[in-house]
Amino acid sequence: MLIPFFFALRDGGLKVSVTELLTLLEALRAGVAGYSVDDFYYLARAALVKDESRLDRFDRIFAAYFRGVDDKLADLFAELPEDWLRRETELLLSEEERAAIESAGGFAELMEALRQRLDDQEGRHEGGSRWIGTAGTSPFGAYGYNPEGVRIGQAGSRHRSAVKVWDRRHYRNLDDTLELGTRNIKVALRRLRRFAREGAADELDLDATIDNTARNAGLLDIRMVPERHNAVKVLLCLDVGGSMDDHVRVCEELFSAARSEFKHLEYFYFHNFVYENLWKDNRRRHTEKTPTRDVLRTYGMDYKLVFVGDATMSPYEIVYAGGSVEHWNEEAGAVWMQRLLRTYPKAIWLNPEPLERWAYTPSIKLIRELVDDRMYPLTIAGLDEGIRALR
Amino acid sequence: MARQRFSGTDSYIATDDLMMAVNAAVTLERPILVKGEPGTGKTQLAIEVARALGKPLFEWHIKSTTRARQGLYEYDAVARLRDSQLGDDRVHDISNYIVRGKIWEAFAAPEQPVLLIDEIDKADIEFPNDLLQELDRMEFYVYETRELVQARHRPIIIVTSNNEKELPDAFLRRCFFHYIRFPDRETMGRIVDVHFPNLKKSLLVEALNAFYRVRDVDGLKKKPSTSELLDWIKLLLAEDIPAEALRSDNLRSAIPPLYGALLKNEQDVHLFERLVFLNRKAGST
Repeated sequence: MLIPFFFALRDGGLKVSVTELLTLLEALRAGVAGYSVDDFYYLARAALVKDESRLDRFDRIFAAYFRGVDDKLADLFAELPEDWLRRETELLLSEEERAAIESAGGFAELMEALRQRLDDQEGRHEGGSRWIGTAGTSPFGAYGYNPEGVRIGQAGSRHRSAVKVWDRRHYRNLDDTLELGTRNIKVALRRLRRFAREGAADELDLDATIDNTARNAGLLDIRMVPERHNAVKVLLCLDVGGSMDDHVRVCEELFSAARSEFKHLEYFYFHNFVYENLWKDNRRRHTEKTPTRDVLRTYGMDYKLVFVGDATMSPYEIVYAGGSVEHWNEEAGAVWMQRLLRTYPKAIWLNPEPLERWAYTPSIKLIRELVDDRMYPLTIAGLDEGIRALR
Repeated sequence: MARQRFSGTDSYIATDDLMMAVNAAVTLERPILVKGEPGTGKTQLAIEVARALGKPLFEWHIKSTTRARQGLYEYDAVARLRDSQLGDDRVHDISNYIVRGKIWEAFAAPEQPVLLIDEIDKADIEFPNDLLQELDRMEFYVYETRELVQARHRPIIIVTSNNEKELPDAFLRRCFFHYIRFPDRETMGRIVDVHFPNLKKSLLVEALNAFYRVRDVDGLKKKPSTSELLDWIKLLLAEDIPAEALRSDNLRSAIPPLYGALLKNEQDVHLFERLVFLNRKAGST
């Protein structure tokens, strides 16, 4: 009986396996869940969803399925990004209203006002029997999204009591449909590992012990060696701000994966291109800068240099002195790039822009030439290739 | 056989969905994976389940250097080598040098135990994969003694994770899963209540108000969690701070007393102080 539900989950993009379905059936047969729908919901959730970022999706599919609205699955993907919602407030609220609200208390209030505005429109929306707008023409159906947690649309009383827990959508904030999971990134980064023995000798060196014991005519002579550590050193330079805003997510993932994978990881930020200064804290970028010369001096040649940036800018920013968008640079970015590459022969540039667009952006072409074609797309496959080039 | 059900304890408030997940895991004898914000009582859950069901508890705390094998057993070759040099008789029996790990201990327990595998995400990324067979079949093979160790009673296995690493799908498929959401006000009130049964109502309300206000500050690196709230209340009681001192109109322009218990991060403290300062300035003009 649960097979259609199972396929509804799979169609909805949840990777539910047969094993998990069987577990659920087994639990039902064992009488774990009793006879209430809430119990069943909790049980199904515990058995079928294994990732908190998927819980919200499960809730939506569950609600849709058990309300008999199985043709609405397509709408589940009509996600409402927060930016979009902010833009919508600009359309619905006048300039003065927004200014007034903004001064009164910021975004939360803004959302509240928006909700009220939408409430006024309830009559029109209510024409249909459901609040989920068909074909997603109205973004504010029952599933309107407000990051502050104010529900837009359907009030609690409208629900039949059975469909309620999952309709609260507690897990909304956790949903993230990411292709490039941190696990994948870590597995790719692992290729870069190079083990070396360093530090205190606290591991038995079996070969040396046997060898020395034999030389001692059987009298035990224990030899110790330091434990093996991943000794690879990585210098990560990340582009921030401007055109990189679209790629913040994927860069954060890469960064967090790299951070836990490498013991010797140094990171710096730059804006669009590298010049005479880099910085570590983006909020204090104008006061706490690290001269690129110091970076070159501090970190040895054995560091592997990884740039992450979209390389999308005006070509002037690369080839001319004074081309930088935020300050007057005495020397052209290309000069600094060449200095960096001379110090760190093992270097790659990871680019989150889609590969197809590379050919049409002059600055990408320029940088590719600068880094000897070692530019790779920031995807798992690209990362793999890049890591191979670094070894 | 009367099945035991877990329904929280006098010192642990379990929500309905948590109880359901635990009971499903207990009934089907499958592992349960518990995730959630730090300080929401993931580790505590195992302790309380063991206490509520009256079962022995084995705790295996994972570190970054922990290997899957260590949970099963370790062969102390160095000790054996030393004994052989000293001519100790024990040396002839290899099983003298097999040191049991936590999983073996749990498998050998005379009654069904609870096994806590704490912070599985701390270990190497392949760690969970190395335990698949052991957790599935509840048996493993000791190569040194050619012995198959089987669980006498399938233990109730509770695995916690802080999400530092993602876990492999094959491992996840074998578990039940529960994500402990940060408790809402009502649940939080109950939680505080079981820990401080004699707390004055007024202090509780004001403390919770202040607590959630601190949590609502945008941009905190580490939001205060349940365990921090409990510590804070303990401090408030110890210092005998009256409820009035926490009142909200006071708070808009003042930092809650003893806030060091709530904010553990220097940057967060700075941020918070700055916000309070701004509010104070806005209030005076």
